[in-house]
Amino acid sequence: MNNVLLVDYGLGNLFNVKRALEHCGAEVRVSADPDEIGQADKILLPGVGAFADGMREIRRLGIDHALRHAAAAGSPLLGICLGMQMLLDESEEYGSSEGLGLISGKVAAIPQTDSDGQALKIPHIGWNELVMPEGRTCWTGSLLSTTAPGTAFYFVHSFMAQPSSPSHRVADCHYGHHAVSAVIARDNVMGCQFHPEKSGEAGLSILRRFIAQ
Amino acid sequence: MRNVRLIARMDIKGKNLIKGVHLEGLRVIGSPQEYAQKYYEAGIDEIIYMDAVASLYGRNNLSHIVEETAKGVFVPMTVGGGIRSIDDAHHLLRSGADKVAVNTAAIANPMLITDIARRFGSQCMVLSIEAKQVGPDRWEAYTDNGRERTGLDVMDWVRQGVSLGAGEILLTSVDKEGTRKGFDIELVRAVTSLVNVPVIASGGMGKADDLPVVVNQGGADAVAMADILHFNRTSLADIKLAAQQAGLGVRKFSHE
Repeated sequence: MNNVLLVDYGLGNLFNVKRALEHCGAEVRVSADPDEIGQADKILLPGVGAFADGMREIRRLGIDHALRHAAAAGSPLLGICLGMQMLLDESEEYGSSEGLGLISGKVAAIPQTDSDGQALKIPHIGWNELVMPEGRTCWTGSLLSTTAPGTAFYFVHSFMAQPSSPSHRVADCHYGHHAVSAVIARDNVMGCQFHPEKSGEAGLSILRRFIAQ
Repeated sequence: MRNVRLIARMDIKGKNLIKGVHLEGLRVIGSPQEYAQKYYEAGIDEIIYMDAVASLYGRNNLSHIVEETAKGVFVPMTVGGGIRSIDDAHHLLRSGADKVAVNTAAIANPMLITDIARRFGSQCMVLSIEAKQVGPDRWEAYTDNGRERTGLDVMDWVRQGVSLGAGEILLTSVDKEGTRKGFDIELVRAVTSLVNVPVIASGGMGKADDLPVVVNQGGADAVAMADILHFNRTSLADIKLAAQQAGLGVRKFSHE
């Protein structure tokens, strides 16, 4: 099954994600319809922008229930960038706002300084390498099953996901010596902070693995 | 370690990739899509497309080229030249751009920076600055490919642009552009020490060794390259090697 439903809630650059998915052989349907989303085989939740704005639109359109329903039914769900952050319980971006709660944990600002107290450039923009989080030894069975540790992906973000359970942390990258969540997953619910659609062949291979699930 | 971003800067006139000296004296090189695809396959980190004749026509004419490029190039694309409104930006983003670079229209209406940043995110809003040295440690912002002066002091304009929401700065030295004599290190250093957003140094890269200088001494986060790549003076692989030998991080890239 190579059908992917791309959730359109008005934020972010859908077109580039759609193009990349199609390049990887997916049949893409763009939709904001909760019924369609609730029954989709595979769902991709993109997103660029502010957490509170994204969640407000998702709730307004009734997509939050549909996403929870699909996730509970076992449909693979991949969130990209803000789409990944919204999978968590809450974010501290501009006050506090509630997320989808599909992976327990919160979203916090990237610290303004590195471990030596030097100012860090925010947003974190650029190609950064994936590493195994502490306590993890392999990426077997994950979106990264054929990705070599040290492979770089394209990141653009100011906030970072902090899953409560270390087992949901699949890959990190390091920014200013801080460990930043790069890939998270709980069963069929997955997220990547970087943009696979903008990360060259390494990124496309992740989309191919998602499409093949 | 932070990886320095290597960006191919492609100035476009009509359907053609062109290159000039001091942003003038244009010479046709070839098809932008073909060059972008070639650089993508060689491991470029980003692409910048600039409509070099946008001011002549009063608008950006690159959406078709962007759309064609986006079919096969999966790294970030910034598009600039003649972007005057939210709608112009939206049109280019729909076509496949990830960021827009704005110069003239932002100088005429600084609130455009805020409008674009609010609507599409500050990561999308690149402030493009054409800087010409007018005195010791003094640069003036220019528009229209370095032809029109604005009277704006570059440092004042940078500070204002960032406070209005610019998420990145594309800093082109009009003096160094196309000369292959190396970057304007003082200009880059002055800007990077002033603001905390990423700065792309543009103009003057003539050899691989120019790159580590503008990163180590100028504090550049990214480097825009034109001439050196378009005329195949040095390969991307050799540029990366020179950066690594100077102790810089670059994206490791393989053809697998």
